[in-house]
Formats: sequence, C-alpha cells, structure tokens
Amino acid sequence: MYGEEPLFGLLNRIGTPVEGHRPWPRYRLGRDGWLRLIEGLAGNGWSLLGLWGEPKAVHAAFREDFSGDVAVVSLDCPQGRFPSLSTVRPAANRLERAAHDLYGLVAERTTDPRPWLDHDAWGVRRPLSEQPAAPVPNPGPYTFLPVEGEGLHQIPVGPVHAGIIEPGHFRFTANGETVVRLEERLGYVHRGVEGLMQGRPAAEAAKLAARISGDSTVAHSLAFARAVEAALGVEVPARAVWLRALMAEMERIANHLGDIGAICNDAAFAFMLAQTSQLRERVLRTADACFGHRLMMDRVIPGGVATDLPERGAGLLLELVAELRKRFPPLVAIYDGKASLQDRTVTTGFVSAELVTRFGAGGHVGRASGRDQDARRSPGYAPYDGLTFEVPVLTEGDVNARVWVRIREVEQSLSLIEQIVARLPAVSRGLDHPSVALEAGRGGEGMALVESFRGEILTWVRLDGEGVVTRCHPRDPSWFQWPLLEAAIGGNIVADFPLCNKSFNCSYAGHDL
Amino acid sequence: MLKHILTSLTGGPVTEAAPAPSDPALAELAGKLDKAAKARLGRSLSIREVDAGSCNGCELEIHALNNPIYDLERFGIRFVASPRHADVLLVTGPVARNMREALVRTWEATPGPKWLVACGDCAVSGGLFAGGYACVGPVEEVLPVDLRIPGCPPRPTDLLAGLLALLETSAAR
Repeated sequence: MYGEEPLFGLLNRIGTPVEGHRPWPRYRLGRDGWLRLIEGLAGNGWSLLGLWGEPKAVHAAFREDFSGDVAVVSLDCPQGRFPSLSTVRPAANRLERAAHDLYGLVAERTTDPRPWLDHDAWGVRRPLSEQPAAPVPNPGPYTFLPVEGEGLHQIPVGPVHAGIIEPGHFRFTANGETVVRLEERLGYVHRGVEGLMQGRPAAEAAKLAARISGDSTVAHSLAFARAVEAALGVEVPARAVWLRALMAEMERIANHLGDIGAICNDAAFAFMLAQTSQLRERVLRTADACFGHRLMMDRVIPGGVATDLPERGAGLLLELVAELRKRFPPLVAIYDGKASLQDRTVTTGFVSAELVTRFGAGGHVGRASGRDQDARRSPGYAPYDGLTFEVPVLTEGDVNARVWVRIREVEQSLSLIEQIVARLPAVSRGLDHPSVALEAGRGGEGMALVESFRGEILTWVRLDGEGVVTRCHPRDPSWFQWPLLEAAIGGNIVADFPLCNKSFNCSYAGHDL
Repeated sequence: MLKHILTSLTGGPVTEAAPAPSDPALAELAGKLDKAAKARLGRSLSIREVDAGSCNGCELEIHALNNPIYDLERFGIRFVASPRHADVLLVTGPVARNMREALVRTWEATPGPKWLVACGDCAVSGGLFAGGYACVGPVEEVLPVDLRIPGCPPRPTDLLAGLLALLETSAAR
C-alpha cells in the first residue's frame, strides 16, 4: 500500500537477519522490536502467514502483499512470554493458543486466552516444551463464549458428526431458525504431528507430512519437501519439479470435483454428486495408474519424486483431460441453470472482502471474496512461472461464488495438466525416479509456500547437520478459513450450515495436526 | 439434464462388479457371530463411521464407496447418521486422545449385536502415530475389534471386500 514502510525497511531497522534461513530472510527481534512490529502491523496491510512456537522462542511469518516480499520474525522468550499479535492480526489468536498448549508460551494481552488443542486428555501439559507438566487434576469443562438475549437456544453438534466427516464441535446459538452465532471448538484430531516429526530424518518426517491432511497429501508433501530442499540448498531434477506440479493439479481437480458435487448434495441435489463423484473416481484411477497410489501419497519426497510417470502415463493423462472437458461442462451448465439450486447457494454464507483480508484467508474462500492471492503466482515457484494459467477471483463471497471459483480452477488445472504433459522434461539417464540424495553434514532453516486445493500452505523446517528435523511447522490453509466459517453462517438458517461448511471444506486434521 | 437422465436410463449402470469377500477378513470373522445375531441381521448392515484421528484419507475412500461405481447400498450396507441406528462402527485413525471419549461413547450408544471394524493402518496398528503423547494407538486398545481392513488408505475395493465378508458372516445361511 502507498505510504507504508516496506516490510524489509522496518525489519532491517528493528531486527537482525539470521544466517542460513532460505529462501526468505528471518529476523531476530528483541522485545522492543516485537512491540514496534505490532505497532507497525496496526497500520499496514501485511498478511500473517503463520505463527509457531519453540520451547523458548516464537516465530511469525508475514507477506507484504503488494510487493510479494516474505519474511520470518523471531522473538526469544526465555520467560516463556511474548506480546500477542492477536490484537492486530485476529488470525494469530488460535495459532497462539496452539503454541501455548504445545510449548507453554504465554501470549500477553491476547484477545482470547482459552486452551485450543489441549482438551485435558493427553496426560501431560505443554508436551513439546522443555519441561512438560503434569495434567490438571479434575479439569473443568471448556468455557464457550457467553451468549445473551431473549429467545436464544443452543445446538451443540459433534465432535462425531452425522456424515462421513472429520470430528469437531460446533456450538450454534440460534433464534428460531436463524443462527445468531457459531462457535467452533477444534483439536479433536490432534495427533501430535509436530512432536512426532522432531528427531526424525527428513525422509521419515516426510511420511508424516504426507498424512497431515489426506486430501492435500501432495500439497503438504510438496511444501515439506521444498522447505527441506530450501534449508539444505538442494536443487531437484527438472523432471521432478514438473511431475510434482502434475500431481498437485490432479489433486486439485479431484478435490474440487468431489466438493462441487457434495455442495449440491447438501442442497438436496444428489444428481450432481452422483455425476461428479464418477469424475473424481476417474481422476483417482488415472493417478493410480500413473503414480501407483490413488491419492498420490508419499510420491513427493524431499529431493524429488518417488516414482516416475510410466510410458503410457502421458496418454492416460491426456485422455483424462479430454474426457473431463467433455463431461464436466454439461454439469456446470446444469448447476447454472437450476433455479432451485441457485436459490440455496446464491447469497448464502456470505464472507466480506474485509474479513478475508483481515484473516489472510486464501484458496477458494479468499478468492470468492475478492482476495486475489495464489501461492503459485506470488511468491510463485517452478514450474508455474513458465506455465500459462489464470487465477479466478470473484467478489460475491457467497457459496455460489466459492462453487464458481472451484469450477474455474478445475478448468485451469486441466489446461495446466495439458501444458505440463506437453513440456515434461526428459527422463534423466540412470534414474528410475527423478530425485537427488540429501547430503548429510549440512543443516539449515527453510520455508516453503505451496498452493493446495484449499489455499496456501506454509511449511517451516529446521534441520540439524545430520539432516534430522529439529523443528517443523506445517500451517494448513484451514487455520485462516475456519474462523471465517463462524462469520459466514451468521444470519443464515441452521439448515444451510452443511452447505456453507462444504463450500469452505476446511481440514480438521490439517488444522489440529 | 434430460440428456443425462436419458443416457443413464439407456446406457446401463456404471456400477462395477463386486470383489469377492476378502479371505483374510472371512478367516478373522469366523466364529465371531452367533446364530441369534445372524438371524436378526439378515443381509443388511448399517454402518456408523467414526473418525478417531484420521488424516481424512480413509474418509475419502470410504466416501467413494457411496459413488455409483462402487454403490455400496446394492449389498444392503448403508451409512447411517446415528450410532443408535448402527450395527457396525467403522473406525479410522490412531485414536487421538482428544477423541477417545467420543469414540467410547459412540460405541456405548450403539445397540447390540454390534461389530467394530478398524479401517486403515492407523486404526489397525496406530501407524506412524503410535507412541506419541497425543494418540492411544490401535483401536483395539480402546474397544474390541472384530475386523481389520489395513491400507493407507485402503482402496475402495479392499473396503468393499472386507465389508462383504462381514455381511457374509453375519447373514443367516
């Protein structure tokens, strides 16, 4: 924005750069510097990209959207306390609560100090801190925000939901049919991914990264691999770079197809799900034939890819593109032409442009509300810099807009697959799958931003000299989308919640870690 | 839309032939059901799926069972919304400690005769998550397991073969 101090301008003044952090700089700030940063954030438009803890430090990543500059800031907190960013970046709140529950770091002057991931069930408190503590004896129930008013009633839903979906708790407060407030309580599928990654060689930790959120297994694997490669300064074979993008676009198409059908199904239009689920199955079978796994799990590894495209692969992929181009548009026409369906999706679950910007929400949630951001374009990564694609952006911010963004993204991804297949670099001699070995004896810190079907993933990793992960933080796009779902449902009827929820389709596992 | 309906009517079903009931599953289930239970259930099973810490990979493939290609309902097996309506709990994930109580309560809310199927490597063995502070490990550490369907995630055909074995075993012959 005009008139703002540039990101690096401020950080160079208040912090000192840390050696060995790639590809973007990391600055160590003192407490004063951190407070100056908060002051700066109050007046500028930098997006919060992530916030994560360590036993005696807290880190946060930012992007100046206008220039695309990215930086990480760190504050040592020997006393285990740091001034909260939640007053100036509301999206920081849940991340700070997670850092508290895992590392015991206290966010001072936070907007909400309640626990988040810790449900008093682990048998230990702050499990990843230097001194884990004994559990609280006889823990009380979680305190939901108070709701006052005449004629209000509450509907508790979950953690076990009615469908085949992940667990989480939704506390609706309704006035008759209309939702007055939704409060989410998540953390039920916390598996301790970050703790399990520590102390494992990068290749093993990659298996955990692949299981952060099964629907984004390629994207999370890619983010982890690229962060590790950045930390070690490893260059992967060109063919691997292109195969990764191929898998990522297959994953995007499969998920969008499934969700477009499921959204319509939640509006009682089962026909669409019956159709798109067949198309989704077609994509998964092609993925299986090309890469040996329907979801392409464990196929992207640090150093490259674990499998190469078989000889008939290019043909299969082009057949798939041709078939989807034939079968998908008539379904889109049906979606567009059914008044009863539009009646459910248009104006439902509205999220304002102001909110998506404040929370830095990406993916279809951000882009349906006018936030023109896609990690494939900014900061951008290979091979997308050499490919032609559009990033669809709408401004209506409702369920319908999120459906249309997904429809347009399917079309773009089909074109990307075609381009990738046409330009795939040749097989390198002597490699049965394109990858390079990670050299031991080097360590470092790396970060990657990768666009999953859901939005931007940030993965930050630190490796010791043996190539062992000492800290890894994968931040799923859901972190910045879940809070907006609470806003989207406000003023809508209870029966429209499944529709709103599915149009977001946030990950529980990716968020709870 | 009319064109789609006509094509569906004239083109024949897209549903594929069912796999044979899985042999290991049949062996695991042998003798687990008494005659009374068999008589009561006939050839119909209602399944309540419980995610107890899955990465959602298993859920994606379980979902696929409902698509027209696998069409689970043709066998009399269907997913239900409440454990009160269920004969089978299909459990995924390494039992996150935060989900343990909800899982146990769901099992307790399921009327007998009932079975529990552990679906996916995490539910079968704890997978990569065993041994951490946040997960209990295999489902059998929390509840009695009748059938295990391994895989990461299991393919829809593996799920189908396992569930058909359960149906075979539970059906009165």
